[in-house]
Amino acid sequence: MLRLPIFQTKTPTNLEELLSAMSESGARLIAGGTDLLPNLKHRLDTPETLVSIDRVEELRHITWDEDARALRIGAGVTLADIAADNEVGEHFPSLVKAASLVASPLIRNMATLGGNINLDTRCRYVNQSEFWRSAIGGCLKSEGDVCHVVPKGRSCAAAMSSDCVPVLISLGATLIQVGPQGRRELALVDYYSSDGIEHTQKLVGEITTEVQIPLPAGESAAHYSKWTVRKSIDFPLLSIAMNFTLSSQGADAVIEEAIICLGVLAAKPKVLRTDKLVGLRFGDEVTASLVGELCFKHGKTLENVPYEADYRRSMLRVFGRRAIRQLADSR
Amino acid sequence: MLAQLMPARDKAPMPDALLLSMKVNGEDVEVAAPAHFTLLEVLRYKLDLIGSKQGCDKGDCGACTVQVDGKAKLSCLTLAAQANGREVRTVEGMTAAHLHPIQDCMDKEVAAQCGFCTPGILMAAEAYLSKVGRAVSREEVAEALAGNLCRCTGYVKIVDAIVGASEIMANTEQD
Ligand SMILES: Cc1cc2nc3c(=O)[nH]c(=O)nc-3n(C[C@H](O)[C@H](O)[C@H](O)COP(=O)(O)OP(=O)(O)OC[C@H]3O[C@@H](n4cnc5c(N)ncnc54)[C@H](O)[C@@H]3O)c2cc1C
Ligand code: SF4
Ligand code: FES
Ligand code: FES
Repeated sequence: MLRLPIFQTKTPTNLEELLSAMSESGARLIAGGTDLLPNLKHRLDTPETLVSIDRVEELRHITWDEDARALRIGAGVTLADIAADNEVGEHFPSLVKAASLVASPLIRNMATLGGNINLDTRCRYVNQSEFWRSAIGGCLKSEGDVCHVVPKGRSCAAAMSSDCVPVLISLGATLIQVGPQGRRELALVDYYSSDGIEHTQKLVGEITTEVQIPLPAGESAAHYSKWTVRKSIDFPLLSIAMNFTLSSQGADAVIEEAIICLGVLAAKPKVLRTDKLVGLRFGDEVTASLVGELCFKHGKTLENVPYEADYRRSMLRVFGRRAIRQLADSR
Repeated sequence: MLAQLMPARDKAPMPDALLLSMKVNGEDVEVAAPAHFTLLEVLRYKLDLIGSKQGCDKGDCGACTVQVDGKAKLSCLTLAAQANGREVRTVEGMTAAHLHPIQDCMDKEVAAQCGFCTPGILMAAEAYLSKVGRAVSREEVAEALAGNLCRCTGYVKIVDAIVGASEIMANTEQD
């Protein structure tokens, strides 16, 4: 039995009420609660008030914006609804794959996209009960003053473990944030920082209301791969999202642009430099090997999640190579 | 010694109790609970509906699965306040004059040993089978039950039972 700390709750029914409740000090947003509540049960935070978004209909839309040529997904949409949505499936299969690989069907019925984007960073030394942590005296992210992953490190390197985030970054998604300072738009890739404790650019009282994903301009191919200890339930040990713009539909297509984003390294999702891939034949074995090498070279793994860092790093090469092969074969 | 190891209790003042009105297993229920209670705690400790189990209490095991407005969810990660005004169905709601086909098949297949996971599995399976409304494959059942752990049976009999129940349910619907 894991008890929650004592707090008050608010259940606003529209966005205005929600924002006003969030502007009060000590307020914390709860969406599906599937990340927040385990963390509170582990006493990683003790907010005064939990403000629930579950009754705010305005945040639960999936709509096409014809002018922007983009799909707009409300922050309150559940991952189950994203995974089952025809329009998302038709245009962004890699997002459907990522959403449907999160945790379990029960959790996906609760978990929201906004929560997945704002998911707290994770580490084997911090996502533990308070009692467990007390045995090692905590760490920078909890009640201690050392890091057990990088022992001399002065900042926290807990891992960004969201399945949807690398995919959304690879698709060039834009985030809509609304708060006391007003509304702002920013590229999702710029939302994250390398500090595992304050890992987003979220301002005080601000919430994510929407994600906008642009429709690919040309011929494209996108993929998400995730490696886990067990087939279901588990957070990723590594995650790779890829999105290629190609010269043609045919088997001899050439890569015009490649975005590869790696998750679960540290707090910031890592977007790789991919200039070397431009101009290469998409389906070539040489290209596949090069993708694997890039993932390996730039994927500096740490012992912040289960399994040895070196093992995970080697698997980045394997998963990177396999991912592009699978994509090419499926065309 | 143990007292020293125990974390200092949270010192925030006790908040006003929430007054919740929900429909639980078809009946209108009014119940007061502290704001920091989960739906699972309200069910078990306020309404004495102890069928839903408190296993891991953090989303890993599915023993606490109930249906909220028809969807299978984890009651250990649902705030009582979030369930307010909604329709909640627990395993106790499955007790009717006749066994539900899933219960019947679970019984025939001997798909429970200690039985701790069974209430959650029944809730997840019922929500799933009523959503798809047809006979399902073993693979589909395994997917649908991916969030419900069983430490005893090895799952084979549970999956057999649910596949069997889906066939019975599909046939009765056709009749
Ligand atoms: C057993 C288990 C397995 C899991 N496996 C995975 C996995 O494989 N992959 C994965 O990605 N996740 C996994 N998760 C984590 C979690 O279920 C998901 O990340 C989920 O999408 C979180 O969404 P939520 O709505 O439940 O967020 P909440 O728990 O409600 O919120 C998470 C955080 O985001 C903030 N937040 C929520 N919504 C907003 C918003 N609109 N604007 C600003 N801040 C917001 C909250 O304040 C909180 O800090 C798992 C969780 C459990 C319990
Ligand atoms: S990376 Fe270091 S500081 Fe951060 S949670 Fe892990 S052990 Fe703690
Ligand atoms: S008790 Fe809710 S998932 Fe384990
Ligand atoms: S029967 Fe014992 S856990 Fe499933």
